[in-house]
Amino acid sequence: MTVIFGIVVFTMPIWLQPFGAAYPDLMQRFAIYGIFAIGFNILFGLTGYLSFGHAAFLGVGSYTAVWSFKLLSLNIIPAIICSTLMAGVFAVVIGYVSLRRSGIYFSILTLAFAQMCYNLAYSVLTPITNGETGLRVLRDDPRIIDAMFGSTTVAVPRAEIFGIAITGMTGFWACAVCLMIAFYVALRITRSPFGMMLRGIKSNQTRMSYVGVNTRPYTLVAFIISGMYAGLAGGLLAIVDPLAGAERMQWTASGEVVLMTILGGAGTLLGPFVGAVIIKYFENIFSSLGDATLADAFSFLPPSVEHVVVTIVSPFVGEGWHLTLGVLFMIVVIFLPGGLVEGFRRIGRLFRSKER
Amino acid sequence: MDAILLQILNGLDKGGAYALIALGLTLTFGTLGVVNFAHGALFMLGAFCVVGIQQVLTISERVRDPSITFFEAYIEQPYLVSWFGDTGAAIIDWVIPISLLAAIPIMLLVGILMERGLIRFFYKRPHAEQILVTFGLAIVLAEIVKAWFGANPIPVQPPEIVRGSADIGAWLGIDANLSYPWWRLIYLVSSFVIIGGVFAFLNLTTYGMVVRAGMADRETVQLLGIDIQRRFTVVFGLAAVVAGLAGALYTGIQPPNYNIGMEFLVLSFVVVVVGGMGSLPGAVAAGFLLGMLQSFASLNEVKSLLPGIDQVVIYLVAVIVLLTRPRGLLGRKGVMEA
Repeated sequence: MTVIFGIVVFTMPIWLQPFGAAYPDLMQRFAIYGIFAIGFNILFGLTGYLSFGHAAFLGVGSYTAVWSFKLLSLNIIPAIICSTLMAGVFAVVIGYVSLRRSGIYFSILTLAFAQMCYNLAYSVLTPITNGETGLRVLRDDPRIIDAMFGSTTVAVPRAEIFGIAITGMTGFWACAVCLMIAFYVALRITRSPFGMMLRGIKSNQTRMSYVGVNTRPYTLVAFIISGMYAGLAGGLLAIVDPLAGAERMQWTASGEVVLMTILGGAGTLLGPFVGAVIIKYFENIFSSLGDATLADAFSFLPPSVEHVVVTIVSPFVGEGWHLTLGVLFMIVVIFLPGGLVEGFRRIGRLFRSKER
Repeated sequence: MDAILLQILNGLDKGGAYALIALGLTLTFGTLGVVNFAHGALFMLGAFCVVGIQQVLTISERVRDPSITFFEAYIEQPYLVSWFGDTGAAIIDWVIPISLLAAIPIMLLVGILMERGLIRFFYKRPHAEQILVTFGLAIVLAEIVKAWFGANPIPVQPPEIVRGSADIGAWLGIDANLSYPWWRLIYLVSSFVIIGGVFAFLNLTTYGMVVRAGMADRETVQLLGIDIQRRFTVVFGLAAVVAGLAGALYTGIQPPNYNIGMEFLVLSFVVVVVGGMGSLPGAVAAGFLLGMLQSFASLNEVKSLLPGIDQVVIYLVAVIVLLTRPRGLLGRKGVMEA
């Protein structure tokens, strides 16, 4: 399964061509948000805890990566390691408190924590986050490790890996490798005794307690792993776009990863990645549409009908992309709780039953 | 002393807003067992009832300005003023009180539509799915309002007679220079009235008695032959009205924008958790308590001691309460103690 997934990921530049999506910036986002969604799925799809605060870890990962570029080295490896570990530390703290409760309480607490991080990043923590301006890499930052190895001051500081600049397709390959590793680890977790314990907790935590299992360490570890995935995604975001801002911590980002996971299929391995790709793809399309584009698209219609159609559609595109997201969210939750992967399975089952 | 008194009033004011929203949340959760993440959006819709009605009342035409004679000058004059003169101007001035009356049936309708159209299909589904579908609904409602009214806050003026400040210092026989905005005092009193009304309805009417029984044990009430579904619809509508009125009244304090609902929702969920899930008195008590705490945390003296405390005080209290008293301040035994 990992091999097939790897082939699919590394041939993205080829099979995404027909969809007009085979360019580095968009494919990077597929990979990054795929990692984010896969990590979230470990907590929600596997363990059954719905967190609305995972954007906080994305933000922490971004800030940490930029600080790594500022203080340590422009090499992405320290940045990735620091992002993941720092998000893990945050996850220990937040998870220890939040996981005292389950169900609604857990969702509320994680949402509150994320909102708190967002507020603080804009106010009291400005020395660390640079507030609304956003944290960026400067030419005269210390960069201790680079200095140790004798690197001279660079004209424009860019992320690199042992001398190779991370731009364009190189950025995508870096993200793709991380995605492969992330997917493989998630696969191993899912198919391990630990993963089975998590599924048991999702199924019926009370019964697990009666059997004699202390479920809290398992849920905490799942939360930490999930947070580290989000931190990794945040770090990669900073690598391909080295400006860390607090807006990545906002509740809409948390909601978005929930939607990716649910759309694709919570509890499945491929679902979160599929959901992330679909959402980022359509976001890329819908966000760039405007009234003029809509008028062009519907110009084959009679003028009065065209006007009506454009009026109806325009709130859903451009700045209104979130409206589409919200409607999609509701439709999936109402009609397809298992997500697209479940839908595909049903279709497959239908054909197999016909054959039989 | 003066600062303390003002902070107390500020805290009560803020607490009133929290208590109203938390009251609605607790109604829907305690009675229906439904977690409504779109409740903040109802607050926002209430606020935009006022904005919408204001925009309708101020539809205007260009008329000749009679005070300028040496060239033709035009001013925008609302039709209401053209047709009814000073009476029309007075109507526009009183847009918020008028909108409050309109908001009650509008929000009741919105609540009923939401319950009949969406919520009732989720009574037997997991809480996670209830959260998710209402989360999506909140996004949809916010984006619709944004599409219609734009992203900028839209100011709404209270009636002119209450735009100034009340001389509360003179009332209380202390510092004669102490004053507090009229509209905030009105907001405070209004929140007391609404809370009192909800409690009276639930405790003094047979209908409310049935609702409370439904909160305690839904199945038994159904076994007694009472149509619980209709009461669910009414209670959901009532919760929507409470949130809508809170939002409508708040327009005089803060110009509403499409995001205002989510800001209040997060805080109000924390209020519900602190007060205890399913506890109406708990929601109200926690609302005022947290409002007071946030108000005092906003003092410069406090902020200089603990930077950022005003941003996080509510969450810290929530964490402490959940760790030390999982049921909440006034939570009922057995309700969501997981």
